[in-house]
Amino acid sequence: MDLKKLFEPETLAVIGVSLSNDRHPANVVFNKNLLRYPVRVYPVNPHGGALQGERVYASVREIPEAVDMAVIAVRAEQVPEVLSQCILAGVGGATIVSGGFAESGRKDLQDQLTAMALEAGFPAVGPNCLGIYSPGQVDTFFLPNERMVRPQTGGVAMVSQSGGILVDQMVKFSGEGVGMSLAVSIGNKAVVKELDLLRYLVDDPATKVIAFYVEGFGKNEGREFVLAASRSPKPVIVMKAGKSPEGSKAVSSHTASLGGDYKVFSEVLAQFGVVEARNESELVAFCESLSCYHHAIDGRMGIISGSGGHGAMSVDVCTAHGLEVRTFTQELQEALRQGVSTAVRGIASYANPVDLTGSAVDDDFVHAATILSRSEEVECILLLLLPYLPGCTMDLGARLSQVHRREGKPLVAYVPHVEKYRMLIEGFELNNLPVSPSIEGAVLMAEAMRRCRPC
Amino acid sequence: MLKPQMMDILSASRETGWVMEPEAKRLLSLAGLPIPIFKWAREADEAVAHAHEVGYPVVAKVVSPQILHKSEWNGVVVGLDNDKALRETFQRFSRYEGFAGMLVEEMVPGMELIVGAKVDYQFGPVILLGIGGTGVEIYKDSTIRMAPLQERDVWSMVGKLKAHALLEGYRGADPVNLDDLTRLMLAFSSLVTELQDAIESVDLNPVKCSPEKCVIADARIILTPRMDLLV
Repeated sequence: MDLKKLFEPETLAVIGVSLSNDRHPANVVFNKNLLRYPVRVYPVNPHGGALQGERVYASVREIPEAVDMAVIAVRAEQVPEVLSQCILAGVGGATIVSGGFAESGRKDLQDQLTAMALEAGFPAVGPNCLGIYSPGQVDTFFLPNERMVRPQTGGVAMVSQSGGILVDQMVKFSGEGVGMSLAVSIGNKAVVKELDLLRYLVDDPATKVIAFYVEGFGKNEGREFVLAASRSPKPVIVMKAGKSPEGSKAVSSHTASLGGDYKVFSEVLAQFGVVEARNESELVAFCESLSCYHHAIDGRMGIISGSGGHGAMSVDVCTAHGLEVRTFTQELQEALRQGVSTAVRGIASYANPVDLTGSAVDDDFVHAATILSRSEEVECILLLLLPYLPGCTMDLGARLSQVHRREGKPLVAYVPHVEKYRMLIEGFELNNLPVSPSIEGAVLMAEAMRRCRPC
Repeated sequence: MLKPQMMDILSASRETGWVMEPEAKRLLSLAGLPIPIFKWAREADEAVAHAHEVGYPVVAKVVSPQILHKSEWNGVVVGLDNDKALRETFQRFSRYEGFAGMLVEEMVPGMELIVGAKVDYQFGPVILLGIGGTGVEIYKDSTIRMAPLQERDVWSMVGKLKAHALLEGYRGADPVNLDDLTRLMLAFSSLVTELQDAIESVDLNPVKCSPEKCVIADARIILTPRMDLLV
C-alpha cells in the first residue's frame, strides 16, 4: 500500500458535502482545503449543484482529473458503495471520516470495507476518525479552521487511535513549541494500521520522532509492531490507554494473573526499545527531547541552577526517574570554581547541583555549562534558569544554545513559561534545544534519552 | 522440535483443560527441560518403593484433575522421611475428589522462582520470570519478555527483579546457577513458541534454583479452549 498520496495529495475529493448545511463535516473539510491549502479540491454530492461557487460533482468518477485522495463523509451504510466507486475511479486512497461501524456494533459493515480495500490494495484511513493533518499539504480534520491549534512544522509525527487525543496533543505540542511533520487519526483502523504508518514514517525524511497513541492492538499486531519498531532508526514513542492491572480474567495460572495485558504491553515495548510515555506530560517531553537529540545516555546528570531550592528539587525528581546526580570530583569542582565571576566564587557550590546563586550573571552559566560539557562525569546537563535573577539577561537561552552547538553535549532547560520570559525561551526553541515549563518536564526530557535505544 | 508424544499428552488432557503435574513434567522432560526424579504412584506400596529408590526425605503431591492449585488443598507435603508418614499421606490424599494417585519426588534444594508463559492476544507468546513459590501473587515480583527469548533477555530479566540480589548472591551466599537458568528459560521459550496454538498459559512454579542447578519442581499447563482445532 502506497500511503504517499494520502499525505501529499495534489487533488482531493470531498464526498458527502451538504448543499444546505455548511457546518456539515464534509463542508468544513472542503472549505478549509479550498481556502488554505494548495491541494485542488472537488466537492461531491449525488445531487450536483454548486458550493462556494465551485461545481459539485455527482460522483467521484465525474471529476476531470485523477484524484489522489477522497475524504468520505457519507452515512455508514453508503460507505461501501462510495469506497467501491473510489477504487474503480483509480483514486489514490481515502480517509473515511464517517462513524457507525465496529464502534457501534456494525463490525460486519467494517469488515466489508477491510475486504474491499485489501483486495484492491487501496489505502484507507478510518473509519470513525479525523484523518490526516499534513502541514502545508492537506487537512481532513472536520474541525473549524479558526479553532484548530496547529503546532509549527517540525520533526514529530503522531498517529492516534483517538482523534480527540490527537487534537489535544497538537494543542500541547503547540504550547511547548514542539513541531510536527504529520498527524494521523486512524480511528477504527479497518485498513491502515499502526504498522503501516510506522513503516511509512521510518522512510519519511521530514519525520524524526514517531509517536503513537494506542488503545489496543489487534491479534498479534503488537508483536509485528515492536519487531518493526526495533528496526527503526528513529525513536518510537507509544502512549497507551487502558492500563488496568488485571487485564486477564483467567485466574487459572499465576502467570496469567501476574502478566496482565498492560504489564505485557509495557515490558515488551521496553524490550524492543520503544519508549513508553505513561501520560501526556511524558509524551510531550519525550517528543520534544527526542526531536532535538538522538543521544543515548545512561543517566549521569549535571545540574546547574541559580537557586539552591531548585537544585534540591531537581535532584529528587532525577532520582525518582532513575537518573543519577553524582557529586563531582574535586578536580571538576575546582575547574567550575576557577571560571566564575568573583562575586559568586566564594558563595556558589560546585558539588552537583552547581548552585551559582542569585548573584550569578550570564557568563557564569555559560562557563559552568561549558565546563560540564567537556567533562566525562556528565552525560546531560539540566539547566534551571530563573529569568528574574538580576544578573541574567534574556540572551541567556541563545548563549547556552551556542554552548551546545560548540560542545555537542545534550542540554535540557527549565524556564518558567510566561510571556514576559518569551525571548529567553525562544533562545532555546529557535536553536532546537528542549525547554520545559516545569522541573519535572525538563527531567523527563533527559529520561527520554535514557530510555531511547535507537538514539 | 515437537514430538508426537507431546501432542499425545496435550490431547489426552483436552477434556480437563489443563495438564496434570506428572504429565506436564513428562512433556517438559521430552523437551529437554530439567525435572526431578519422580514417580506417579497409584498404590501406597509403589510410593514407598519409589521413596526407597530416591532416598528419604521426599516430597508427596496429590494428583487429581479436580485440583489445579494443590497447596490450596493442602495437597503438597515436603520432607517426608519415613514409610509410615508416606503411607498416611497417601491415605489422606486418596480421599480427595478425583484422586488419581500420588506423586513422589526427590527433595530439590534452592531458591523458589516462577518461570511462566502466556499467549498474549496482542503480542503472542510471552515469558515471565519472577520470585516463585506459594507467595508468588503476594510478592508480585516478576518481569515479562516476548518470546522467543535471546540470552541477553534472560540476563536483563534477572536484573529487572526487585529481588535480583538474592539470585546474584546476597550477603556472602553463592549466586544461583544463572547459566543453568538461562538454558532452562531458552529451552522453555522455544517449547512455548512451538506450542503457542495449543496452550493458554504455563506455570513452572517453583523452579528450584541453587548454585549447582535449576530444576522444575512443579508445572501446570493450561490449554487453550480451542485446542480441538489443532488435532
